[in-house]
Amino acid sequence: MNNEEPLWEVFIRSKQGLDHKHVGSLHAADAQTAIENARDVYTRRMEGVSIWVVESKNIHSSNPDEAASLYDPANDKIYRHPTFYNLPDELKHM
Amino acid sequence: MATEELQKVFDDKIAEEIRIEPKDWMPDDYRKTLIRQISQHAHSEIVGMLPEANWITRAPSLRRKATLLAKVQDEAGHGLYLYSAAETMGITREEMVDQLLSGKAKYSSIFNYPTLTWADIGAIGWLVDGAAIMNQVPLCRASYGPYARAMVRICKEESFHQRQGFEILLTLCKGSKEQKEMAQDALNRWWWPSLMMFGPNDDTSPHTAQSMKWKIKRFSNDELRQKFVDVCNEQADILGITIPDDKLVWNEKRQHYDFGEINWNEFFNVIKGNGPCNKERLAARVSAHENGEWVREAALAYARKKAPKSPSGEFESFRN
Ligand SMILES: [Fe+2]
Ligand SMILES: [Fe+2]
Repeated sequence: MNNEEPLWEVFIRSKQGLDHKHVGSLHAADAQTAIENARDVYTRRMEGVSIWVVESKNIHSSNPDEAASLYDPANDKIYRHPTFYNLPDELKHM
Repeated sequence: MATEELQKVFDDKIAEEIRIEPKDWMPDDYRKTLIRQISQHAHSEIVGMLPEANWITRAPSLRRKATLLAKVQDEAGHGLYLYSAAETMGITREEMVDQLLSGKAKYSSIFNYPTLTWADIGAIGWLVDGAAIMNQVPLCRASYGPYARAMVRICKEESFHQRQGFEILLTLCKGSKEQKEMAQDALNRWWWPSLMMFGPNDDTSPHTAQSMKWKIKRFSNDELRQKFVDVCNEQADILGITIPDDKLVWNEKRQHYDFGEINWNEFFNVIKGNGPCNKERLAARVSAHENGEWVREAALAYARKKAPKSPSGEFESFRN
């Protein structure tokens, strides 16, 4: 039997109104312990008001080697940015 | 992509100060170097708790006890941040713990010195954490993302460590004659080992050049040591105690302090395992690990027992 405690990724909301942000990882036997450990490891100075833990094996990620082709569709669409449009300087509030 | 191409992408990132992230291609030696450095660093944080823990129960007041406890707890946290950064490079926690407990892995040799008096706790905070800060601040810009991020977190926490140490010494230095002597004695014993924390001189430090090319290190061992000597001298004046080095003198031309020769025989001897506390430190780690075995087993058994029921039902979903 594998005796290693699973790895968890820890996400913390630093204050109400902000997103949870990845802060690191830790080992714990289960989710409850992972949350308690995350409190001790990552919020000793009131850094958070909410903690998420996700078992690392459940996180799927894009492959950096394929970044070029993966993001290619957005590459030539600068018209998605407001600065693309030529408008007179006199135009206000837009 | 062919290896040369991948190498070029990697080199360009380093040149442009773009951080390397876990899934990015990296040269084997870069990975090996970082695994060694980060895991040694983690081990140092963990073993570093031992000399100070020695005084927690004997701290002279509740305030000192609470702050020392918080400081030692931070060091445990630092070890954990670093272990998790190292794990992103493909080594497991178990392998690292194994390397430490079997004596295969190194940790900072400073922690193989004993803490004989309460003043040593002050000297450790001032000098050992001070030297660590000198080393760690530039590591916040290390080229490997997870390491750099762990270092940012660590550096934020370190400054209280140094201040609590300095405050301990300042109190002793303002106290009785015996207390001031105790502070001086601690400085005498901790000064040289603290200078050794920066590692061998540049001309005998084989890895420095490559590490600087990879932008893991930003300053050489001797540069950092010099900075440390420069700031400590003034701080010792504030305490009113004397750094135990009769060659320590301001050099107007260099705009730095000159200082005496470090006893490198002692340094290499302690690294080899012959320091005053090497055996004791390792034995303490081994016994902590072995005595914690049943806790880890019980926690896993409990998790397995609960697992099949409802993996998501036990906790509030994050959307609630
Ligand atoms: Fe630390
Ligand atoms: Fe520290």
